Amino acid sequence: MTTSTPLPTSSLLHTEEMILNVGPQHPSTHGVLRLVVHMDGEYVTKVVAHMGYLHTGFEKTMENRTYQQNVTYAPRTDYLHCFGHELAYVLSAERLLGAEVPVRAQLVRVLLHELGRIHSHLVFIGTGLLDLGALTPFFYAFREKEMVQDLFEEVCGYRMNQGYFRVGGLYRDLPEGFEQHVRAFIDHFDEKVDEYEALFRENPIFVDRATGVGVLSAAQAKDLGLTGPNLRASGVPLDHRKANPYCGYAELDFEVPVESAGDCFARFVIRGAEMRQSARIVRQVLDRLEPGPIRDPNRKISLPPRQELETSMEAVIYHFKLVTEGFHPPLGEAYVPVESARGEVGYYLVSDGGSVPYRVKIRAPSFVNLQALEVAGVGGQFADLITVVASLDPVLGDVDR
Amino acid sequence: MTAAHFWITLLKAVLVALALLTTFAYMTLVERRLLARMQIRRGPNRVGPLGLLQPLADAIKSVFKEDVLATNRDRVVFFLAPLISITTALTVFGAIPAGRPGGFFGANPWVFNLDIGVIFILAFTSLGVYGIFLAGWASGSKYSLLGGLRSSAQVISYELGQGLSILGLLILVGSANLRSIVHWQYHHGWLIAFQLIGFACFLISSFAETNRTPFDLPEAEQELVAGYLTEYSSLKWALFQMSEYVNMITASALISTLFLGGYRGPAFLDAVVPGISGWPYLWLLLKIALFLFLFIWVRATFPRLRYDQLMRFGWKVLFPVALLNALLTAAFVGLLPGLSPWILGLVSLLILIALLALGDRLLAGNRKLARGSAGD
Repeated sequence: MTTSTPLPTSSLLHTEEMILNVGPQHPSTHGVLRLVVHMDGEYVTKVVAHMGYLHTGFEKTMENRTYQQNVTYAPRTDYLHCFGHELAYVLSAERLLGAEVPVRAQLVRVLLHELGRIHSHLVFIGTGLLDLGALTPFFYAFREKEMVQDLFEEVCGYRMNQGYFRVGGLYRDLPEGFEQHVRAFIDHFDEKVDEYEALFRENPIFVDRATGVGVLSAAQAKDLGLTGPNLRASGVPLDHRKANPYCGYAELDFEVPVESAGDCFARFVIRGAEMRQSARIVRQVLDRLEPGPIRDPNRKISLPPRQELETSMEAVIYHFKLVTEGFHPPLGEAYVPVESARGEVGYYLVSDGGSVPYRVKIRAPSFVNLQALEVAGVGGQFADLITVVASLDPVLGDVDR
Repeated sequence: MTAAHFWITLLKAVLVALALLTTFAYMTLVERRLLARMQIRRGPNRVGPLGLLQPLADAIKSVFKEDVLATNRDRVVFFLAPLISITTALTVFGAIPAGRPGGFFGANPWVFNLDIGVIFILAFTSLGVYGIFLAGWASGSKYSLLGGLRSSAQVISYELGQGLSILGLLILVGSANLRSIVHWQYHHGWLIAFQLIGFACFLISSFAETNRTPFDLPEAEQELVAGYLTEYSSLKWALFQMSEYVNMITASALISTLFLGGYRGPAFLDAVVPGISGWPYLWLLLKIALFLFLFIWVRATFPRLRYDQLMRFGWKVLFPVALLNALLTAAFVGLLPGLSPWILGLVSLLILIALLALGDRLLAGNRKLARGSAGD
């Protein structure tokens, strides 16, 4: 693209490279990301991303908590799509343990997982356009985002960092009337999603600013290990919901949107399309939801029902064992990739047979995706770099953990 | 100049400055409330009824805030920059005629009336950019420097188009005196009807001139934190804000005067209420308010252009279109004298529509090109 070529500099003019420090406190770094930007005028010649400002040692902490307790930590990494991390952790732990999750629990997980994706993409669109100087879409997107959070709150009392899933099922069943509320929201959302797509698809200034900016070819995207919408925007149709179906995604009817351009515009468009697909999945799940158990009946995994504690000595013992030391998965390791709003998230768990994981390694999509910044952000202007950061959608909690 | 004349002029100048500053203060409130409305929020409504005392609270806050000074600054220039900005901003408005001669308690309702009124205003508002540029340079901060540089690049790209966009108007009217322009419009009809292309170009460049969205590159928050304003605080910061809003008010007044009949209302309303088009101040205020609303509305609607896109727009769109308009008007006046200007208006309208349609297609082609090369 012609705009990315720096102007020819006269040999008579002495020019100097400018090193600009962006962040960790800066309006558009989506948290505490620090970028050291080398610039020739307004053109970016090199970007170095410094991270770790939010590092709190999640992985190490999780190695000192029981499997069930760790559910609390997982959503706190990616605070915009909490259910993605939660689901990834729970699935890995269940594979380690060999737990059987009832159908209803799986469907509820899919439901919340997809609502979480809508939540995350709404924040992406709002803040992404804000980074380009459009103030208003932010508030529109946040209106629906709040609605999703209302639904989360209804389910488990938390608007963020839910910790609602359990190894072996769910914390509790859906509240009464919840399904109607979700249906009402999805009906409302179907109208709004058109509006949001129009906000960026039909805005000539936005189109000009995002088209051809921060291009990542399919090969580059693969080499960098990108996953999720960022990878699919470059034309690689990898989606773990299709590739490695979990929680019954194989039986659901949905499409994986793929764009070929690999530029910021494609990364915006693809998220709009994904929100539609998520809404579609939510509808199907609602149609399939039937009353049933929500936890693995295995007493060595799930707590016994409250009323049994008064009559059964066995129940009291199981309860005591589970609460004090948790369960002991057999020796082994497990990793289940999950498609979160940002890409492949997975928890690599190693068990030494004890009640706490021997090793936890989080495959955090934002961390990997952020690598692309040093490729996609270079060559364009400084303003483009901000667009690229926004389009890669990093969540710093997910990056630093 | 007699002593009385001197004192009256001074009084008028003070009044204009005070009026501008009050309008600025309430403009901030109106802008925040309106933006809030457009963004499904409420906006400031805690200080006084409807938040009406908010500007006062803001003023007190800005004055009493600590004036943080960057150690790297250039002391003199750092101090002078906001003064340059506000001085040029406040001076210009004096040239706008706010009513008929003698309409202000027997005095003329303008501070000074120059035969080169339009040119003076353009020249002086451009000087205001020095304030921004010097602020960016003197702050000793990289963000500020980039903001200042962007600002000067911006001036270079829109200024020529802006100047040319009113050339057609000047040819038609035959005078650069703002009073004559208003007078001409009183007799022949508002110039927006005959100079539609010129109006469009001038309006767009006014957005660039006042550093408003979508041309707010010098202070682009998401990129440059606050651009040239980054190192400023307290009163100096407030002065920059003040000059931005005063510039907006002046730009609105100038557009109203040049294209919308200035201080005169639409003549056809006289049939309903006799003499209503001659009511003093009302019409000018209404027109200013209209354009101020437009400034806010656009801010709520558009993202920001990129630096090179603005330059390209200035040189490749604004400049040739404004030139075309000037040539068209010149040809019309020179070759077809005596023809009603309404024909010119009609031709302008058709050309503008054609340009818009064509422009859309050209832009679409550009985009496709950009996307095509992106795939390599």
